[in-house]
Amino acid sequence: MTRTIITGAQNTWCPGCGNFAIQHTLKNLLSDREKEGKSLDDVVLVSGIGCHAKIADYLNINSFYSLHGRAIPVATGIKLANPDLTVICCVGDGDAYAEGLDHLIFAAKRNIDITVIVHNNRVYGLTTGQYTPTSPLGFKGRSTPAGTAEYPLNPVELMLASGAGFIARGYTRKMERLKELILAGMAHKGFAFIDVLQICASFFPATDYYDSHVYELPATVSPDFESACTLAREWDYNSDARIALGTFFARVSPTFDERMIPVPVGEKERERAIQELLNARM
Amino acid sequence: MNEVSVLIGGKAGDGINSAGAMVAQLLNHLGYRIYLYFDYPSLIRGGHNFAVIRGSEQSVGTCRNHVDFVLALNEETIERHKEKYTKKTVIISNKDLVKNGSYGIPVKTILAEEKAPVIMGNSALIGGFAKAAGIEWEVVDAVFRRHIPKGADQNLAVAKKAFDLFDPVHPINKCENGSQSLVSGNEAIGLGLIWGGLNAYVSYPMTPSSGILHFLAEQKDRFGITVVHPENEIAVILMALGFAYAGKKSAIGTSGGGFCLMTEGLSLSGMAEIPLVIVVSQRTGPSTGLPTYTGQSDLQFVLHAGQGEFPRMIVAPGDAQEALYWSERAMDIAWKCQCPAFILADKTLSEGIYSLDPDPALNRSGSEASLWDSKIPYRRYEDTASGLSPMAFPGAKDAVVKVNSYMHDEAGITAEDADISNQMTKKRLKKWETLIDVMQGHTLVIQSGNPDASTALLCWGSTKGVCEEAAEELGIRVIRPIVLAPFPIVQIKKALMGVIRLIAVEENMTAQLAALAERHGIITHEKILRYDGRPFTVEDLVSRIKEAGI
Repeated sequence: MTRTIITGAQNTWCPGCGNFAIQHTLKNLLSDREKEGKSLDDVVLVSGIGCHAKIADYLNINSFYSLHGRAIPVATGIKLANPDLTVICCVGDGDAYAEGLDHLIFAAKRNIDITVIVHNNRVYGLTTGQYTPTSPLGFKGRSTPAGTAEYPLNPVELMLASGAGFIARGYTRKMERLKELILAGMAHKGFAFIDVLQICASFFPATDYYDSHVYELPATVSPDFESACTLAREWDYNSDARIALGTFFARVSPTFDERMIPVPVGEKERERAIQELLNARM
Repeated sequence: MNEVSVLIGGKAGDGINSAGAMVAQLLNHLGYRIYLYFDYPSLIRGGHNFAVIRGSEQSVGTCRNHVDFVLALNEETIERHKEKYTKKTVIISNKDLVKNGSYGIPVKTILAEEKAPVIMGNSALIGGFAKAAGIEWEVVDAVFRRHIPKGADQNLAVAKKAFDLFDPVHPINKCENGSQSLVSGNEAIGLGLIWGGLNAYVSYPMTPSSGILHFLAEQKDRFGITVVHPENEIAVILMALGFAYAGKKSAIGTSGGGFCLMTEGLSLSGMAEIPLVIVVSQRTGPSTGLPTYTGQSDLQFVLHAGQGEFPRMIVAPGDAQEALYWSERAMDIAWKCQCPAFILADKTLSEGIYSLDPDPALNRSGSEASLWDSKIPYRRYEDTASGLSPMAFPGAKDAVVKVNSYMHDEAGITAEDADISNQMTKKRLKKWETLIDVMQGHTLVIQSGNPDASTALLCWGSTKGVCEEAAEELGIRVIRPIVLAPFPIVQIKKALMGVIRLIAVEENMTAQLAALAERHGIITHEKILRYDGRPFTVEDLVSRIKEAGI
């Protein structure tokens, strides 16, 4: 049975918001999946809290609308509980790079087989315009009216250092490429990270800047770590430089969920095991 | 009545805990019921560690002030515990390190003769103790072979050399009982969770809860469970909620400090109605406090933790047997009522070793949780008379399972409208009543001691053992709620019939159970409190009850 992929929930993103592009991309991709005869019953979307997270209300698939910064540990638990599920994590930049940074690093380190899509608009939208970890130096937000006094962090470089197996960057105005990147991330067996540059129509409308600076990486991906590091440092989310879009790094290695999978033990056998253990303590 | 207390002391790293466990097994094989208390500071090497093993013909869950035997691995042990000695106390010591022990054992010489490693030195002291206590060699031989199968011969050879040095000094009698299983409170909690159908245990190490993590991690293949130790306690609770959302029974364990980090996730469990078992094993607070010492100062915290209003269950077992039983119950009730269930323990219970009935009736008393009947469309938060919505898990055909931390409608979609907020808040809180119904039929309050006495002690958790003994000595009653939320007011009121004087006994400074009881109209007349991290002893409590006046 095919389903309507968009729910009846009223959409409250601002006109021109980059989130529409990500939602549309996911909708198309899910619809293709259904057309290929694959069920959507085993797809789970986990979101944090922020503008990005409303996508959990809008997509008519299993979803866990979690807490600010905490989508990734939830997704990790879901994947460990049932490795047959396809787990997609939609997170924000304040969400995953500030509040929940520890979880992002550890998910990459563990190589848990989930796909993390960061809706990176480089500003807090829902709390009305404060700087995030990827806002450029001097960004004037409502908590930093005189401009920030700190450099942004470079999430691509951070993910390389953390051991992520699949690292890509997309842009909401390059939707076909974005779809390819998300599909590649989902197809990657292991932790996949996609930083998606999106504009915030209300608080960080950077369309012109991105449009004039982005360029496409070749479709073939080098598994060479050193050259990926060099490429990641080309643009540091602060200085004026070319912005590469595409896959920075892809390497397949054993996943956390594969390594952690338990061999099931039946109820009777468990009771026997409890009994044996108690006998051994006599 | 047959009764014996043995103290073993030495430096941290001397293997005091394992030597204590061997002494406990010797007494167990003579039919004694056991309680072992292990005292250690928060460090790895050096510092003074000691264990007190108490054996009694009747069940015990506490220590007395005096000891009958001391096994001193160093001089400090003898000096430190002088106030526990009586004229009859027998001191067995390592002659190489202790100058004035009455029964010195030349450990170094024995080890050299047997070409045994230093670590086997404790076997010499255990051998010496066995003889001094008049325990037959056959018992020593059997216990060593059963409990240290690896290297049993060499350990026994070392023990025998020391055994042959002495004559029985203070022979102890055999009891009529058969032996039982010796397990720690933490192990009993772990076994109870397994028995309750646990699929995943998630925990970040924190004393005194870590024993559960270690035990389940070691036994995970035997029980077919997943054990995860993530980056912090925030990840712990969120991961566990992920497991439960996907249909797997999960539990987490921590102590007060770690639980502070979990409160946001706890509130999520309440809002999203995801079942979860949370073990909080208390230690002395606030903050880092006394990491390896006990306390009962987190009851009010656990009762109120998390923003917003949602039902929760809190159980505080008093010993290993209750920990085993109630951990299974907690898992069942959490899933039945789709809410968080707490097992509130403390250092005394978690790390104490108790005698446990080796043949518990492992019948699951629970009925199944409410599950989806495949009727489309699936609505995760369908409003029902009980407040319980049938559960489905992702992967189920045609079920779109949406859970949400925001206020949401029956389908799980965010809703900020006043009517839906009203309806869904009522739906969640209806589950308090459902929880109370589900708890009916369980013994939620234990009454012990003299049922005709008009004076009663009101206590909770691990002070069970000490309160019951003190009450028996003084001919008074003990009223002990095992379940603290929902507060079992009906059963407590019944237990209070005929009580004129009620004395709260707690290991905190503000009498937290007494405060809880007071909110339900139950007045305590006196409070006996201890908050130095050490558990009450029987003599200690008896004299303070007498001081307070029966």
